[in-house]
Amino acid sequence: MKKLWRYLPALPALMLSGCTVDLLQPRGPVAVMNRDVMVAEFVIMMLVVVPTCVATLYFAWKYRASNKEAEYLPNWDHSTAIEYVIWGVPAILIAFLGAISWWSTHAYDPYRPLQTDDNVKPLNVQVVSLDWKWLFIYPDLGIATINQLDVPTNTPLDFQITSDSVMTSFFIPRLGSMIYAMPGQQTQLHLLASEPGDYLGEASQFSGRGFSDMKFRTLAMDPAQFNDWVEKVKTGSENLDDTTYPKYAAPQEAAPVQYFAHVQPDLFDGIVAKYNNGMVVDKTTGKVMHMQSVLNAAPSDTGMKE
Amino acid sequence: MLGKLSFSAIPLDVPILVGTFLGVAVIGLAVLGAVTYYGKWGYLWRDWLTTVDHKRLAVMYIILAIVMLFRGFADAIMMRTQLALAYKGNPGYLPPHHYDQVFSAHGTIMIFFMAMAFMTGLMNLVVPLQIGARDVAFPFLNSLSFYMTLVGALLINISLFIGEFAQCGWLVYPPLSEMQFSPGVGVDYYIWAVQISGVGTLLTGVNFFTTIVKMRAPGMGWMQMPVFTWTAFCTTVLIMASFPVLTVTLGLLSLDRYLGMHFFTNDAGGNVMLYLSMIWTWGHPEVYILVIPAFGVFSEVTATFSQKPLFGYKTMVYATCSIMVLSFVVWVHHFFTMGAGANVNTFFGIMTMIIAVPTGVKIFNWLFTMYKGRVEFTAPMYWTIGFMITFSIGGMTGVMLAMPAADWILHNSLFLIAHFHNVIIGGVYFGYIAGMGFWFPKAFGFKLNETWGKRAFWCWFVGFYLAFVPLYVLGLEGMTRRMNHYDNPDWYPWMLAAEAGAIVIALGIVCQLTQLYVSIRDRNLPENLDLTGDPWNGRTLEWSISSPPPAYNFAVIPDIHGLDTFHTEKQLGLKAHGKPLAPIHMPKNTSAGVFIGLFSFILGFASIWYIWWLAAIGLIGIVATMILRSANRDVDYYVPVSEIEHNEEVYSRRIAAAQAAE
Repeated sequence: MKKLWRYLPALPALMLSGCTVDLLQPRGPVAVMNRDVMVAEFVIMMLVVVPTCVATLYFAWKYRASNKEAEYLPNWDHSTAIEYVIWGVPAILIAFLGAISWWSTHAYDPYRPLQTDDNVKPLNVQVVSLDWKWLFIYPDLGIATINQLDVPTNTPLDFQITSDSVMTSFFIPRLGSMIYAMPGQQTQLHLLASEPGDYLGEASQFSGRGFSDMKFRTLAMDPAQFNDWVEKVKTGSENLDDTTYPKYAAPQEAAPVQYFAHVQPDLFDGIVAKYNNGMVVDKTTGKVMHMQSVLNAAPSDTGMKE
Repeated sequence: MLGKLSFSAIPLDVPILVGTFLGVAVIGLAVLGAVTYYGKWGYLWRDWLTTVDHKRLAVMYIILAIVMLFRGFADAIMMRTQLALAYKGNPGYLPPHHYDQVFSAHGTIMIFFMAMAFMTGLMNLVVPLQIGARDVAFPFLNSLSFYMTLVGALLINISLFIGEFAQCGWLVYPPLSEMQFSPGVGVDYYIWAVQISGVGTLLTGVNFFTTIVKMRAPGMGWMQMPVFTWTAFCTTVLIMASFPVLTVTLGLLSLDRYLGMHFFTNDAGGNVMLYLSMIWTWGHPEVYILVIPAFGVFSEVTATFSQKPLFGYKTMVYATCSIMVLSFVVWVHHFFTMGAGANVNTFFGIMTMIIAVPTGVKIFNWLFTMYKGRVEFTAPMYWTIGFMITFSIGGMTGVMLAMPAADWILHNSLFLIAHFHNVIIGGVYFGYIAGMGFWFPKAFGFKLNETWGKRAFWCWFVGFYLAFVPLYVLGLEGMTRRMNHYDNPDWYPWMLAAEAGAIVIALGIVCQLTQLYVSIRDRNLPENLDLTGDPWNGRTLEWSISSPPPAYNFAVIPDIHGLDTFHTEKQLGLKAHGKPLAPIHMPKNTSAGVFIGLFSFILGFASIWYIWWLAAIGLIGIVATMILRSANRDVDYYVPVSEIEHNEEVYSRRIAAAQAAE
């Protein structure tokens, strides 16, 4: 029994071994930064938290009422020196963390494009959050998928994100930062997968009945494999355009993976525009365009579709 | 005729709800039957339901808070049980439709009807006594505030048995909460429950702000105010500044839902980002509304049981005030992931971190209050030490979340859930329970049982870590909040651990109930009775009068010469007062609060179900009662000197008896 106790401290490690702790095992530069910042903060804060907790227990024990040995100063309630320390130490610490905050928030702003050393051309992916599935459009490749995101490794990934239903959040824990998907808005996110793998992707903002199954696999593979996959998708027969889109966009729980060999080029813009009286901001030019998509026929002057 | 209401609104097909209903009905009938059997209706009506006495309203607030704690905790353990089951294809026992209501109700109830009610109860009990006042500034409004809170709580609980509750989280983010996606009555229940109770909270804020500003005993300047009163003051400022924002936000959402407007809809110019920004403009100050009075409790408890003045009183006051101000410039940290620019995110991140400075200072102040003191390990002190450790950890994870770059991966994860339970259980709840143990003798004249209080503490303390450390880990493993089922094998063992933690917390609640039972049973034992009115060798004015105090609190309003005047005078052996007695002007009880509450309930319920004729009756009833109340000139009376003399004599005899017993 005594022996068992000796192994007790190892228990947490034991429970974690064999598990994937997604946020501590990043697979991309953004996620590495997220983790490093988080761990750095933890360590720095621990410098204050641990002594505080120890001092709390020690003072409470040392100055317990039954300990008549301990000094008792029944009217002592002020010390300028101590006050300087208790304001000063947290202030210095927070100043330091604030500097980290400034640097990391700017350097890894989700809107800021990533660059690789060898200037690999980024892959554009348009993400549409639907009830309760994810649509990924590869505008430059002319293909699309539902609930599966295939990406080449070591290639900057430029995500343009919107929603064709409620607000939710696009998140691949092992690749890093998340960003909201909101109807009528285009948000941006830049990630990069540095190693091949099969990573969990999820919606992290509750979006209703089918939320728990609103997950997708993120398959990161080397670029050659990715090109093979693209070719394979292109041999399929399903098309995604104005006429077939409403069928796929309809609410569905635990939706299966789906490939589309061909995608209507302006579909994403049409989805954004349908909530903005047919207007959409072009990402590259920053100009407002007017969409003439069938999707615009959706009623825009009433909130009650049902 | 009945709007949307029909028999199909009663969820007879959900056995859990039918069982709950039967349970509530049996307990309710038993209570009503007991009141009838013992002929206590008149007493209940005259002395409690129509009272404007802040001490009795305090008791009613805290009873409401405890009942709501049961409801909110039942929701919590249901969620934990669901997630301990719903693994790898097992759907669990709560389908999404029910589960989504449970987590929405859990948050709403715990914040608005458990924590807010508890906080208001403590403020009611303590603030007038600490500043030497005979009641609050607006006694009738105080009664009205209570009924508004009660009506909100009733509406939210009725949604269990008639219709449904919201299924979109405790802050009902649109567009999910809009008619298009939530056509049922759930969101309407939420809106009306929160709006009506919000009126009560706002009035409480105005009432206590006025009380503290205008009704302090002569000589009590700002810097002679006890720390709990200071924290109550900061909270009232936050309430007055932030609750109107909540009212407007939910008002706009109601316009969307009831009149087809487009403030937050997907189309026609509606914008969900506006809602997020507005709701958190209220929502972040709200957490400080809850925790600042808890800081006040800890300050009183630590000083009293360390048998020393609070270390750094001025620092404590400045720290509290700076937290109050800063809490209004941090709300964007609730949506760092919305795509705001780097400068905006950095600003709000750093502002949030800055709050850690005054908060840390407070922790150090309590630490140095114990330093070179004589610490008595009473149950309130247990909760305080447990708080200092737990809150330091919760504060640390809070600072982690305040960093945008870390929040981008932790947002909406179970790490976040663990963090805010870490500060709300470890800070707010521990504080309120410490406060309840501390001031219980003042309200009732006898102490709470220490043994059961400490057992409750250990269960809560251990249960908390068992339930929420796994959630921190799960967050790091990428699990998001509000999931109904999952199939990741890594998550499963942690979910089982969290379930075990919830069960240990349940034992803690059982201990607290036992504590109440044992304390009431043994109330007349000499060691439990509080004859002197000063059971802990207290420092502030509330301990200078009898327990429970007479309706008018102070026979003579004391003169204040400095901080902790009562304690100084005690040590110098001075009698607190020697001024001649005079008749005391007091407010009369009134049933107006009960009736306005009743009509508000009718208005709310009818509006939820679109029964417009009934809503009109409710509205007319409210206005008519207000007019009648305003026209009533018979609202006050004088307590004659003979009665005061009699009370004082009884009190003196009790003090003498206590001294003889020593």
